[in-house]
Amino acid sequence: MNPSVDALRATFGTAIGRATVARDGETVVSVGAERLRDACQWLRDTPGQQYDYLVDLTAVEYRDRERPLEVVYFLRSLERRADLRVKVELDPAVDLAVDSVVSLWAGANWLEREVYDMFGITFRGHPDLRRILMWETYAEGYPLRKEFPLRGRFSRAEQVRQALAANPEAHYSLEELSIADAYQELPPDMKERLRNGERGDLPNSE
Amino acid sequence: MKHVAQTREVAGQSPNWLLARLDDLINWSRANSLWPMPFGTACCAIEFMATAASRFDFARFGMERQAFSPRQADVLICAGRLPFKLAPVIRRVYDQMPQPKWVISMGACASTGGIFDNYAMVQGIDTIVPVDVYVPGCPPRPEGLLYGVLLLHKKIKGESLGDRALRDEHPLDETGLRLPPDQIDEISEPFGNSVHQFRSA
Repeated sequence: MNPSVDALRATFGTAIGRATVARDGETVVSVGAERLRDACQWLRDTPGQQYDYLVDLTAVEYRDRERPLEVVYFLRSLERRADLRVKVELDPAVDLAVDSVVSLWAGANWLEREVYDMFGITFRGHPDLRRILMWETYAEGYPLRKEFPLRGRFSRAEQVRQALAANPEAHYSLEELSIADAYQELPPDMKERLRNGERGDLPNSE
Repeated sequence: MKHVAQTREVAGQSPNWLLARLDDLINWSRANSLWPMPFGTACCAIEFMATAASRFDFARFGMERQAFSPRQADVLICAGRLPFKLAPVIRRVYDQMPQPKWVISMGACASTGGIFDNYAMVQGIDTIVPVDVYVPGCPPRPEGLLYGVLLLHKKIKGESLGDRALRDEHPLDETGLRLPPDQIDEISEPFGNSVHQFRSA
């Protein structure tokens, strides 16, 4: 059992649910949705925890309809070479929403968008929460939910019609890849190369 | 009597001696200098690359120059599965190609959706663009693709300049469907192993 669990329990008390050791030896700890962001921030910033890397963020829906959906955070401390899995249980009958951790780990941005796209889980405070794999006008629902039919809800003809109506260029712009947004953070030599690129006018360039 | 009238009509349209010779010449030149536009999305594209490389070398059949711009291509080779998100892309690539143009659907997924009978996958690219030659296989070996190319040569050599229907590319309606909706549903029906899956989860 990862000692971080006891430290979490000492800090957050009843918000920390049960903890188990998975078959691969990693510790899985359950955290209440309302304290999730606080717990993550604590895990990232506290000396001795230092979980500075979010390896993956995903969600699970079980075949048993009574069980809640789970959002799973795979954390790693590069400093201490330790791993921890944090789970949040969300009841679909109440509200599928949890606080975003993008402000803690920037890499969570696309991962949370993917979970939103596939499961319909809302991340409160996400800077840009929209579909990432399916196109933005996709209207059939959330494909990885158990109640979603394998072939989709619409007829094939309707699916083709809606797919053809989508604008292909809406998805593959530089803005989509956030290159233009990240311009200010690039190293100087890369800025120089981009300045002479085919795009010509970058936003915020002097 | 109706039968006779139809026959007369066909006779009026059918090419005369001069036009037939012109057809032969043009089709011969078209068939032997195809410029393929590869649209590779999956493992079929690996076999396509093998077909283009030295061992199989489809340049032997006149496809010396691969056109990576649709505006300079006349055969669209869809190698691999096509998700719905790519449907408007392949349609635009097809629309950008100048006439005359042909389409080869390479592999089970491009032709029928293959094993991917799910919410994300186009069940055969013929619901999006007209297809001339289907190459079966998962993925087809390079010999299979070459055989498809040879079949396309054969098809091109049988075309006639007088046949306007060959160059018709107008969509059915303003939404861009090229087949009636019930026909798309029929083409997309489950077959093989996927009949054991049900629409309702």
